[in-house]
Amino acid sequence: MIAALETVGLRKSFGALAATRDVSLRIEAGARHALIGPNGAGKTTLINLLSGVLRPDAGRILLDGADITFLPPHRRARRGMTRTFQINQLFAEMTPLETVALALSERRGLGRRWWRTLAAHADMLDEAAALLARFGLGDAMRLRASVLPYGKQRLLEIAIAIAGGPRVLLLDEPAAGVPEDERHEILSIVAALPDDVAVVLIEHDMDLVFSFARRISVLVDGALFVEGSPEEVARDPGVRQVYLGEARHG
Amino acid sequence: MTARRWEWAFWIAAIAVPFLFPGKRLLINEIAILALFALSLDLLLGYAGIVSLGHAAFFGVGAYAAGLLAKHGLTEPVAGLLLASGAAAVVGFLSSFLVLRGSDLTRLMVTMGVALMLLEVANRFDGVTGGADGLQGVTMGPVLGLFRFDLFGRTACAYSLATLLVLFLIARRIVRSPFGLSLRAVKGNRLRAAAVGVPADARLVAIYTIAAAYAGAAGALLAQTTQFVSLDVLDFHRSADVLLVLVLGGSGYLYGGLIGAAIFKLMQDWLAALTPQYWQFWIGLVLVLVVLAGRERLSATAARLWARLARRPAREPPA
Amino acid sequence: MLTILFDGLAYGMILFVLACGLAVTLGLMNFINLAHGAFAMAGGYITVLLMGRLGVPFLWCLPIAFLATALAGAALERTLYVHLYSRPHLDHVLFTIGLVLMAVAAVDYFLGAQQQIIRLPAALQGRIEVLGISIGIYRLFVIAVCGALVVVLQSILAFTRFGSRLRAAVDDPRVARGLGIDVNTVFALTFAVGSGLAGLGGALGAEILGLDPTFPLKFMIYFLIVVTVGGTTSITGPFLASILLGVADVAGKYYLPKLGAFVIYALMVGVLLWRPHGLFTHRGAR
Repeated sequence: MIAALETVGLRKSFGALAATRDVSLRIEAGARHALIGPNGAGKTTLINLLSGVLRPDAGRILLDGADITFLPPHRRARRGMTRTFQINQLFAEMTPLETVALALSERRGLGRRWWRTLAAHADMLDEAAALLARFGLGDAMRLRASVLPYGKQRLLEIAIAIAGGPRVLLLDEPAAGVPEDERHEILSIVAALPDDVAVVLIEHDMDLVFSFARRISVLVDGALFVEGSPEEVARDPGVRQVYLGEARHG
Repeated sequence: MTARRWEWAFWIAAIAVPFLFPGKRLLINEIAILALFALSLDLLLGYAGIVSLGHAAFFGVGAYAAGLLAKHGLTEPVAGLLLASGAAAVVGFLSSFLVLRGSDLTRLMVTMGVALMLLEVANRFDGVTGGADGLQGVTMGPVLGLFRFDLFGRTACAYSLATLLVLFLIARRIVRSPFGLSLRAVKGNRLRAAAVGVPADARLVAIYTIAAAYAGAAGALLAQTTQFVSLDVLDFHRSADVLLVLVLGGSGYLYGGLIGAAIFKLMQDWLAALTPQYWQFWIGLVLVLVVLAGRERLSATAARLWARLARRPAREPPA
Repeated sequence: MLTILFDGLAYGMILFVLACGLAVTLGLMNFINLAHGAFAMAGGYITVLLMGRLGVPFLWCLPIAFLATALAGAALERTLYVHLYSRPHLDHVLFTIGLVLMAVAAVDYFLGAQQQIIRLPAALQGRIEVLGISIGIYRLFVIAVCGALVVVLQSILAFTRFGSRLRAAVDDPRVARGLGIDVNTVFALTFAVGSGLAGLGGALGAEILGLDPTFPLKFMIYFLIVVTVGGTTSITGPFLASILLGVADVAGKYYLPKLGAFVIYALMVGVLLWRPHGLFTHRGAR
């Protein structure tokens, strides 16, 4: 079977610093895959390589078996791989409704359509509103994104990525910075993601990782250290030493 | 009042003005042309976030194209306008690739450089353009074969206002379309725009070309209604003026360029009568004051005010 | 041929003195100061007025032009510019264009639109023959003065405490602040010196570049070319760019009188596309 997302010997260096070393990953369709590792392990670099923000020095990236190594980010999104950002990347002056409608219109290939107004695409706006309601953003959908509370902005991050209709979804620390009492919202959204979407999660919150993931890859110093089921990873003495030991400080 | 009513009121007023002030028709014609030029810059700056100090390049191409077409036999204005606008669009398309990347400063320099290069070219090929003496012998036929240009600017004024209205309505469509939304996305956050699948470069090329076509149409209007083209159409001060116009009116809601053009021309008219030759001093002072007072804030307030007017009452969020 | 090279060299040297202040302001505070040429014009007019109305000798006018414009620069920086650093670039552009328009109109109003002529002292007039090349004495003088300035500036940057602070601040203002360097003071001083140098350049260059109220507009693009092509991370970059531009411009105007400026602009656009951070910058520059 062809993996939903596969990397072969991915490598990236910044000067003398090797941020990603020979990473080969297989993410099956519908997977729940977590990428963990101590700070500086190269998790975000890997996500940036996967989503096309960075170009690898060597190696290949395959999406549904097709080589996407040198496709620009927007082409990858159109082929069904979307992402969220660790630090919010929202359109400050646009409303959630507009933002999600944008993602829907690009997914449908309507982005060049200049002769019909957005308001005339009622079905798209309805779909956007429905999606936002599912994310608990129904009340806020006509406010500018910049005035939303931080927790809502994090939810909007995920909503945009889902609106792109992904088969592979990359979540870069979706719960980062969200206060404890608002976390459950993010957790339940992440838990309720559609089954056919392969999800790659980067997270520091171990509760979230272990409740969510069916497979975990541990990155250390840019290289794949261990990969296995949550139980295997939890039992691995090496992981306990390099990672869990350190997580206690974080 | 809903947005639609405000817009109706605006345009009814615009159309009524030439009848109320028949003696000011030539000035109104100039305002309409400048408004169209500023509208074109607003598409770039207000919606796509591209700063330009060389927008006169496309104004000039449109003006020379329209003037040359008329001089060499195509005297029907509307056809000339379309062709001139197309010529500017071609130049815009070709130069759009130069502004895709780089910082604001690089863009400023590149846009200014393109305009200056065109100015040098126009100066060099004075056999075609008339060089420093200007393009002589431009004679226009009647608009659509029906309305002859007259000395009092009656036809000129109506022709320019009608062109402005039509192109404005198209621009309004564009910015409210999914395409317009994707432009605002590219302006707002390029990284995220790419992550939702927006091809930023292609969209910027498209809007740059459209804006160039609009600027070309404005230049063509000037050439046709004054029946004269000089190197002045490509001059730096024209690029700077149109930026000021947009700043006066506020960018990002389309009416800013129109309102700014009226303010600018009336101010120029008044100041030039007051202190001929030195009115640029006051323009400069206005620029300085507007920036010190917080241009972005003023602009955002104008846009938000407009958005509030534009929102249908049923959708008004609870305050 | 060699005469052209020589004239171009003198021209380029003056461009450097005029523009180096701009390079530092841009590099340090990321501020686009299109009004830089107004300071140069001020220096030129100060010289004209001092010589014409008060009979001050030319050589005395040069330091006075430097000091007066430096003071004016400092005053403007502290009162107006300082509010704008954190604003978007468009605000910088609008504000400084506004200043230029005001300066142009004000000079026109008070002193008239005509070209101003500086009567050089007799010792600096005339030409000499060196190895068969005809050399203007004044141009030689200009090259000597500007060359000395380049050496002085370079040594200030390289060897003094202020220089190292300035370099640190240009490299990364945030880190410099973290190290306890008072970036604002460094910037105010630099701005003043940069304006002063522009004034000095204006005084020196009036004879070569011409001086009338449109000076700031006419040379704005040249300053910007120097800065964008040369980069803002060093003083050598703008220096090389100035010389290149000076020689290219003089040669272009001589050999292709009708297309000279076109070539300059085309080269500039080409360089910016090829190396957006400048021809003479190393990788990693901001």
